Amino acid sequence: MSAKLDQLHQDVQSALGAKLIQASIALNELNLQCRAEDYLAVCLCLRDDPRFRFEQLIDLCGVDYQTYSDVEQEGPRYAVVCHFLSVSMNQRVRLRVFAADEAFPILPTLVDVWPVANWYEREAFDMYGIMFENHPDLRRLLTDYGFVGHPFRKDFPMIGLVEMRYDPEQQRVIYQPVSIDERNNVPRVIRNEGAHAK
Amino acid sequence: MAEIRNYTMNFGPQHPAAHGVLRLVLELDGEVIQRADPHIGLLHRGTEKLAENRTYLQSIPYMDRLDYVSMMSNEHAYVMAIEKMMSIDVPPRAQYIRVMFDEITRVLNHLLWLGAHALDVGAMTVFLYAFREREDLFDCYEAVSGARMHAAYYRPGGVYRDLPNRMPQYDVSPLRNAKTVAKQNENRQGSLLDFIEDFTQRFPKYVDEYETLLTDNRIWKQRTVDVGIVTPERALALGMTGPMLRGSGIAWDLRKTQPYEVYADMDFDVPVGVNGDCYDRYLVRMEEFRQSNRIIQQCVNWLRANPGPVITTDNKVAPPDRAGMKSNMEDLIHHFKLFTEGFHVPAGEAYAAVEHPKGEFGIYMVSDGANKPYRLKIRAPGFAHLAALDEMTRGHMIADLVAIIGTQDIVFGEIDR
Repeated sequence: MSAKLDQLHQDVQSALGAKLIQASIALNELNLQCRAEDYLAVCLCLRDDPRFRFEQLIDLCGVDYQTYSDVEQEGPRYAVVCHFLSVSMNQRVRLRVFAADEAFPILPTLVDVWPVANWYEREAFDMYGIMFENHPDLRRLLTDYGFVGHPFRKDFPMIGLVEMRYDPEQQRVIYQPVSIDERNNVPRVIRNEGAHAK
Repeated sequence: MAEIRNYTMNFGPQHPAAHGVLRLVLELDGEVIQRADPHIGLLHRGTEKLAENRTYLQSIPYMDRLDYVSMMSNEHAYVMAIEKMMSIDVPPRAQYIRVMFDEITRVLNHLLWLGAHALDVGAMTVFLYAFREREDLFDCYEAVSGARMHAAYYRPGGVYRDLPNRMPQYDVSPLRNAKTVAKQNENRQGSLLDFIEDFTQRFPKYVDEYETLLTDNRIWKQRTVDVGIVTPERALALGMTGPMLRGSGIAWDLRKTQPYEVYADMDFDVPVGVNGDCYDRYLVRMEEFRQSNRIIQQCVNWLRANPGPVITTDNKVAPPDRAGMKSNMEDLIHHFKLFTEGFHVPAGEAYAAVEHPKGEFGIYMVSDGANKPYRLKIRAPGFAHLAALDEMTRGHMIADLVAIIGTQDIVFGEIDR
């Protein structure tokens, strides 16, 4: 498995070398990173090159790096991470691409390359507010009709901003600011010591 | 001249064939579907966000509630991701227990799928038959974990505890007299493994029963043959996995192609379809019943012969035993730290996938070295399948839509997350 992964690593380097910012193997997985302007070209190469043949986009998700390691992060905040699977070659790869602009993160869409990207990108837009250029139908997917905000962003509170209840006077369902407090019984601690630290 | 327009119709979210909370906006030309727009998210609980605010151990019960008809498979992907990032070795006995329960879960899931699918299409009896067997399998869940559905049995490093030596039995009550109870307890006299073995001997006959009801049934074939055809190329492009992909003729099964745990040692076959229609996917899943049954039998035989530990002895991730905790200072500290602060996963990222009954269920985890995941993404197979619903139903009648939703094996817990 590992020799095969090394081979894939070399092939990716030779095919896409100039377009990749990073290509490394960790935990028996190949991680790639590219710039937003090369994103589509890299994806097309990964799908069509006979050495890669990643027919399937297994997963596409947004990540918000604002509070990574609990310190102020330099560089762009939002990334899209794709996982590809090649059924014919039995190999996987992960591709990360950062959206340069924090206020208006935008990336090209993959809908034309893998149709399944449609819903994954709608979800990433819904949860993180990442825009996808030329997406045919970029509506919210999982949140309520008329929802405001992007709930998986790190600055969005876990308890949300509004709650819903039935108001007997107005005889309809209304939204109001949340009345509960955020409860966090276990503080988040980063430790880089002990048996499992690297 | 009268203006001719398409109908727009709501299907769900309270429709019994919508498998929970699916709301579909259908555009119809007469009874022919022109466009199906699923509106999902009615069960969105933000599991991924919740997990970012919980320790790794606290999130395991959330995994049960994703796909709530195949609970342990979800846990499996989650603990595998943690084990991968921490390089934890799982004892072989735990691996066999996991494989056995993964397959029990597959049977559980397919039983519900079969019952619900047949019921949607108009066959009532299969549902009742399927629930009879589910009852026995829930008893297995209960025997190992204490819970009939949401087990939280798989833990990083192994499983929570070893298989019980005695299968729980029914008691006499005002509702059940001694004679009934004796009959119910007939196959519960031995250990859990005895009970499971007895089940695997009975089960092929049950599958034959389902097949006599459906496989050659004229109505069943009229409703499923040539309905919802997916070509292999489209199945790949649409991100289909599991029985949906195999129904289209692609022999892809993570248990064979990227084996995890002890699947490499298991002897089983991967069924594939030919036409990629609902009937082929039905046949694929029916054969998976039999193959799962084979795997369970192999696990039972191995587990009988090989006692041993079922969870890692690394007390940084697994709690020390009770006796040690009460006599040994170090064990006490380990226990305390584990259940207050939790363990820390080294910085990095990992993707772990299992062959879930519905397809590829994956967990993508990003850690920054804290006691909570920085980002957890759940790759649910049903999400990609439902996204393909529009393409699969276009040009079909409304009645076929019900068959297609049934064949996709939709469960909203995992789609909405």
